[in-house]
Parts: sequence; C-alpha cells; structure tokens
Amino acid sequence: MKVTLRVNGQTVEAEGVWPGASLLTMLRDDLELPGSKNACEQGECGSCSVLMDGELVCACLVQAGQAEGRDIRTVEGLSGEGDGDVGDVQQAFLDAGGVQCGFCTPGFIMAVDHLLSHEPAPSDETTREALSGNLCRCTGYEKILDAVRLAAERRADGSAVATTGGAQR
Amino acid sequence: MDFLQPTSLSEALAMKAERPDATPIQGGTDLMVDINFDRARPSATIDLNRVPELMDIEHVGSDVWVGAGVPYLRIMRELQSDAPGLCMAARTVGSPQIRARGTLGGNLGTASPAGDTLPLLVAIGATAEVASSERGRREIPVRNFIIRPRHSALESDELIVRVRVPKARGPQQFGKVGQRNAMVISIASFGLAFDLDQRAVGTGIGSAGPVILDAPEANAHVAEVFSTEGLWDSAAPLPDGVAKRFGELVGQAASPIDDVRGTARYRRHALSVLAARSLKWAWNEHRETTKGTRA
Ligand SMILES: Cc1cc2nc3c(=O)[nH]c(=O)nc-3n(C[C@H](O)[C@H](O)[C@H](O)COP(=O)(O)OP(=O)(O)OC[C@H]3O[C@@H](n4cnc5c(N)ncnc54)[C@H](O)[C@@H]3O)c2cc1C
Ligand code: FES
Ligand code: FES
Repeated sequence: MKVTLRVNGQTVEAEGVWPGASLLTMLRDDLELPGSKNACEQGECGSCSVLMDGELVCACLVQAGQAEGRDIRTVEGLSGEGDGDVGDVQQAFLDAGGVQCGFCTPGFIMAVDHLLSHEPAPSDETTREALSGNLCRCTGYEKILDAVRLAAERRADGSAVATTGGAQR
Repeated sequence: MDFLQPTSLSEALAMKAERPDATPIQGGTDLMVDINFDRARPSATIDLNRVPELMDIEHVGSDVWVGAGVPYLRIMRELQSDAPGLCMAARTVGSPQIRARGTLGGNLGTASPAGDTLPLLVAIGATAEVASSERGRREIPVRNFIIRPRHSALESDELIVRVRVPKARGPQQFGKVGQRNAMVISIASFGLAFDLDQRAVGTGIGSAGPVILDAPEANAHVAEVFSTEGLWDSAAPLPDGVAKRFGELVGQAASPIDDVRGTARYRRHALSVLAARSLKWAWNEHRETTKGTRA
C-alpha cells in the first residue's frame, strides 16, 4: 500500500509498504531514515521514539497506515543539514558523555527534546519519569541526566547552539 | 493483510460486520507487538484512530462516558477530579510513550486479567458500551467483560464504543505490585472505591485469577463496620483491625496461580497488603478533605 505523511516538515510518500509493517519499518526501510532504531519491537526500549502530531510515541507500535496524513518528527529532524551536524540536545549528550554505544541515543534525544519543549527546567524526578520509557544498557543513566541538565541550562541562558560540521567530542 | 480505515462509527461497524475476521487496532500497543513478533497475522486490521465517536469524553449526569479510543495521557489530563482512581491506574500503564497511545478500548479488547485499568473500572461499577451495525448498542459491566484470558464478551461483529465511568462519589485508590517501577506487567493489582452516597465500598482484583474479580465479602465487612461505628458520618479514624481484616478478605477472594511472575501465595499476600494499604490511604485522604471543608 501507499502511505503519504509529513516527516520532519516535508510531505513524503512511501510506496509498496506491507500493511502489517510498523511506522518504524516504514521510516527505516521505505523512507531511508534509519535514525530511529529498532531494538525490541515491543514498546519496551524507546529507541524508536518519534513525535506523532506532537506526542512522543514508539514508532514500532504504530501501524504504518495509521501514520497516513500525520506529522512525524524523527531524530533526523533535530540535526542540521550537513553530515555530522548535531542539534543542541545531541551536543549536550556528547559533551556530558551521555553516549556510549549510541543505540539508545536517538530515542533519548527525541524524549529529551520533547520534555524540554514542554518543561524547560525539569526536576530530576520529572526527567526520570519522562525518560522512563527509554532504556540504556551502557551509561547507567547518570550521564544522561547530566546531559538533560546541560541542555536545559544552555537553552535557558541562550547558549544552546546546534553545531555544524563534525560532532565535537 | 488488508488495512481498513473507517472515518465514522457506522462505517467501522459496517466493516466489522462484513469482515468479522478483521482485527480492530487503536493505539496498537498490544496488537502491534503481536504482529511484530508474528504471533498475530490478521487478515485485515481496522484502524479506529479516525473514528471521532471513539475519541469523545462526555459528561452526562453522574457519569463520564470515555471513548474507547481516548489515550491514557488524555484521561490523566482531563479526568483527575471525576475519576481519580482511573487516573492513578492510567498513570501506571507502561511508559509515557505507551500512555500516549494506549486506550481503555484496547485494555478491554486484550481481555487480560493483568489489564491495569480493569480492577478500578470493576471497583467503580463501570460498564463497557459495545455496538454492532445489526443489533445496535448494549452495555456490558466491566466485571463480566472478560470471560477467560484473551476472550471477551464481545461478539465478532461488535466494537467497543465507550466506557461509562460513574463519577467519583468518594475517595479511590489503585495499586499494583510489579518487578520495578516502569513498564511492568503486574503481579497483582487492586482498585478500591468508596461510595459515600450509597455508603458502600467497591473493589476490583487484577492478575489474581482468570478474570477480574471483586471481593463482595470484604466490601460488606467495611460497610458494616463503618455503619456500626458511625464512620460514614463522623469520618473518624479507621478502627483497629478493619484494614487488616479487609486485606485478608480480599486475599481470600482472589484465585491466583503460580507463574513466572509470582507464586499464588505471594500474590495473595501482596493483595492483602495492597488492599489494607489502599483502604487506609483512601480513608485518610477522605478525612483530610472533610477536615479541609469543615475548617
Ligand atoms: C511496553 C508496554 C508496556 C505496557 N504496560 C502495561 C501496563 O503497565 N498495564 C497494562 O494494563 N497494559 C500495559 N500494556 C498493554 C497495553 O498498552 C494496554 O493494554 C493498552 O490499553 C492497549 O490499548 P491500545 O489502544 O494500544 O490497544 P490495541 O493494541 O490497539 O488493541 C488491543 C486489542 O483490543 C482490541 N480493540 C482495541 N480497540 C477496540 C475497540 N474499540 N473495539 C473492539 N476491540 C478493540 C484490538 O483488536 C486488540 O485485540 C503495555 C504494553 C507495552 C507495549
Ligand atoms: S524498538 Fe520500539 S520500543 Fe524498542
Ligand atoms: S549508550 Fe548504549 S544503550 Fe545507551
């Protein structure tokens, strides 16, 4: 089947989608957006998190056709145009050491960006609750919490900048 | 697999009547897992996301009618004062991502005794309104909705339309025991609702039997003690031993099994503790609020 939707602000069409496929599979395989990760396909890990009409959802649990006409934001939409460009939340993750193997990172980036857009200065408790649907097997979460604080501070004092050209480590 | 996308309830019901083998999908948080893991291969799915009638929250007299397709996130935002116990239960479902999509229709449709909103819906005496194109609408008490695990009272041409949620007439509580805080299927769960108008107590027990259970003896015990001791009027502290006895009676009403999540003995014990604690918390909360209004 054919699905027409908006992804990161652009109207796109996916053709030949198997009706039983998830939005995640459609994004990765048909729309060539592999940023959203496939780790569990059962809603447990959050690595496939995207925004659908402004709500944070697991793309692996949305049936492809359910996304018809919807507005989807993926991690690709949070980074810049060029290869290696990163957005402010991504930069905060890099600076705080919140990325190890990186598999969970796109999902966390989406969840943190969603959180900070609703709650610019979240308490640690609020952050933990907001990120409770995202699992990380590497970092032990402390560095991820550091990254959230850093991203929030930088947004508050206006020093949040998306970085172009090659992520800085 | 066919993908059907009705845009009205009548269209959805006509499709379900024509294709009784088709599986409805709402939030997909149960069904998509089964499809992703090849445990389900429906010949067709009927996407209910675009059926406006399923998205309504309507206040009618002493009830709130909650559309089968209203996600938990919206329930938590909009029904805090009318259905505090349901909001408590909704808050424990999965994770923020799951609550953004998961619905009461799906929790009922899955017909699992571990469905977390169901004990609370049983405790408050909620009913599910279902419909077919041929026979129109009927109401099924949530208590009778699950027949056995994974099988509900729904006929093959019916859809769940909405849930009649009686507005809170007293304090409510919901609690569950699981292995950790986020995203666990419960080992035992318990819903409690006081009805101060009717001077009654309602209970619902989840994950401790093939269906959602209630505990009529436990309910009657509390109501009787409250009447004898004049608590309905005085809002005095709980007399010694009531909560413990209530917990025991709730434990006895359960018919749990041993499985990977817990033993029957553990479940019964956990339920007794949950029930006793819920009673204390609910009653204390009521005493706080009446103190507030009297002052
Ligand atoms: C990671 C994760 C964690 C979870 N945690 C919990 C938890 O803590 N507690 C809990 O109770 N559940 C939990 N669940 C299960 C699930 O989220 C809930 O059962 C939810 O309420 C399902 O709603 P849905 O709209 O997503 O259902 P769907 O998956 O869309 O549908 C579920 C079933 O109901 C049927 N159905 C849906 N709507 C209708 C309708 N209107 N009429 C007829 N049939 C219908 C479908 O055909 C399907 O069989 C979890 C799931 C995941 C993936
Ligand atoms: S892949 Fe979707 S939650 Fe894990
Ligand atoms: S960085 Fe490896 S899973 Fe999170």
